[in-house]
Amino acid sequence: MKKLIAIFLSALMLLSLVSCGASDSNEATGDNAKDLKVGAIYINSKNDTAGYTYAHHNGITTAMKELGLDVNTQLFIVDEVPEDPEQVRAAVDTLVGKNVDIIFGISFGYIDALETAAAEYPEVIFSHATGYKSNETNFNNYFGRAYQARYLSGIAAGLKSLQTGNNNVGYVAAYGTEYAETASGINGFALGVQAVNPNAKVYVKKLGNWADEVNESAFATELISSFGCGIIAQHCDSAQPQIAAENAGMFGCGYNSDMSPDAPKAHLTAAIWNWNVYYRTAMEAAMNCGSADNFVATMGTPAYYGGLKENFVDISPISENCAPNTQKAIDAVRELIVNGEWDVFSGVKLSITADGVVTKADADLLDNAGNVIVAAGGASVEDGVITGTMNYYVAGVQEA
Amino acid sequence: MDKLSVITSFVHNIVVFNIPLLYGTVGEIMVEKSGSLNLGVEGTMAVGAIFGYIFGCYANSLGVGIMVAFLAGALFGLLFAALTVSLQANQNITGLTLTTFGLGIYFFVGNSVKANGWPVMGNYSNIKDGFADIDIPLLSDIPVIGRGLFSHNMLVFLGIAIAVGVWWYLKHTTLGLKLRAIGENPAAADSVGINVKRMKYIHICVGCGIMGIGGYYMGLNMSGSFNSSCWINGYGWIAVALVIFANWSPAIAIIGTFVFGFFNTLRVSGTSIAAAFPDQFGWLAHIPTQMYQALPFIITAIVLVVMSIRNKRGSSGLPSALGQNYFREER
Repeated sequence: MKKLIAIFLSALMLLSLVSCGASDSNEATGDNAKDLKVGAIYINSKNDTAGYTYAHHNGITTAMKELGLDVNTQLFIVDEVPEDPEQVRAAVDTLVGKNVDIIFGISFGYIDALETAAAEYPEVIFSHATGYKSNETNFNNYFGRAYQARYLSGIAAGLKSLQTGNNNVGYVAAYGTEYAETASGINGFALGVQAVNPNAKVYVKKLGNWADEVNESAFATELISSFGCGIIAQHCDSAQPQIAAENAGMFGCGYNSDMSPDAPKAHLTAAIWNWNVYYRTAMEAAMNCGSADNFVATMGTPAYYGGLKENFVDISPISENCAPNTQKAIDAVRELIVNGEWDVFSGVKLSITADGVVTKADADLLDNAGNVIVAAGGASVEDGVITGTMNYYVAGVQEA
Repeated sequence: MDKLSVITSFVHNIVVFNIPLLYGTVGEIMVEKSGSLNLGVEGTMAVGAIFGYIFGCYANSLGVGIMVAFLAGALFGLLFAALTVSLQANQNITGLTLTTFGLGIYFFVGNSVKANGWPVMGNYSNIKDGFADIDIPLLSDIPVIGRGLFSHNMLVFLGIAIAVGVWWYLKHTTLGLKLRAIGENPAAADSVGINVKRMKYIHICVGCGIMGIGGYYMGLNMSGSFNSSCWINGYGWIAVALVIFANWSPAIAIIGTFVFGFFNTLRVSGTSIAAAFPDQFGWLAHIPTQMYQALPFIITAIVLVVMSIRNKRGSSGLPSALGQNYFREER
């Protein structure tokens, strides 16, 4: 027995020698673009089958496959890293130790730790999701114009509200005006609803938490039973609000993924992210920039902010629960946005009829206290406001 | 907005979303009355939930789901019993370990099943219909509170029945008396011929089985939608505290569940009540969400303090030998 173990162990040692040798020779061949090593720091488990981390993991692996990179040998992940600078730092050190070329950090709270690390490891590229910090060389951030997709899903909800005759729309949100991310999503959605149905009211119920399945269900039910909402939109991870809408015989707009399988009779369409679009762009830039110093210059901007145009955000296919002409109206508005003729938070208001005909007219963009945000005919609110400082609701939105 | 329907829905929510606490609490009371402190309620509920839900769906039967949830919880309890009763492991540590282990099983089994096609509750008519609200004639027709209190799914009534049953069992049967004796002083109980080990094993298993059904309820209440977070969501821990709240009485546990549920549900319905009755309750809308989130736990802390003061006066239901392993040869 002992002999067997000894043979086995020595065989193992030989094998490990061989694999070491292989990696050495690989490095010797030089900076081949296909050798790109990708590092990722996740807030939840890489084995998740739904939710935020899953969406990013899926985006990274999809992008790698598209670029012909091997997920098994060229992707290094440290997962379940809380938003604590020391732990983020430890994750960065682990990944740098694996000689990765680029590190993606997917959670907002990694921001300061990544900034410090970027200064300390100039030979590695750092790329931070949802953040706002960057430098001129090897540290950028990325986020998307989710409000554009929200607006499109709002159109579907607005047309449905016209069809059912119920003007009350509910919105289960992780947070409200505390974060520009949630506020811009709520406002984009509400403006989409109002473009179709000016009488519609959007009731926002805040969870105070990014993931809380039990209350996501309870809040949606409460919006339906107490506020008489006929459509439930959401900014939270699980499909519970859609399921609650289905159980009550109502309708809803999901988020993050097509929630039609979860609520086949209720779901209209969901605002979704195509994270792979960014990850592919970033990996290509990392392959072509020569050295990490040139990454931001190669990307062209320290703050990537893709929208419908880049296909970074989108909506899931229109379900058969939607009112007639929904596709037509959405296609028309999508064209306006993609061509750069119009954007959501501007002094130009779209009016959409039940037949799906879209017309443009100058109008003030008001917040729900009656203040003018953008005067009639004015240009769109700046990107920095949408990502960073939007802390108001547009007219017709109220907290419930 | 219909003012009366707001109250109805508030009362309804208190019951619907907090019954799992009752299962957890009653199960834990049974375990603790045998002198064993099982902190693994969260894990036990998770194990009962995942197996109950999956097998219930495969069999398309709510009854099978309840049975499997009970058995899974009981088997998990058997593990606790084997470790603490037979092998004399530290009860606190074992309970905490089982929480982690149970959640691990939950995600392992759930993710494995999901990879091969998750059973969606809507496709299993018997489960969906079985979990639908039942109207009780006359009682459910009482205006305003009738539907809130009496139109509920079968498992709500089962939970109340189990609580009452366990209360009666502990208080009015010989076996219940023997069990309480073991919890107070296992050596004395042993000396009068009570089989301490066997009684502990049985009641730990049954108690954990009850917790398992509570977990199954959570799964059904979430419409069996399996995501990256666990269905139990910390309810198991609250149940451990509710045991003290209830002073180890399943009857008080029913009241405790609804008192706790009242504050828990304020978070969901507070703003609706404020909107419906702006003059009387308008202030509810000005309380920050974070305060609502913290409220149930603040209440728990206050109750624990009050109970510990009360217990000093000697009216406690706390089993004296709670948390101490009984080893016959050491008498």
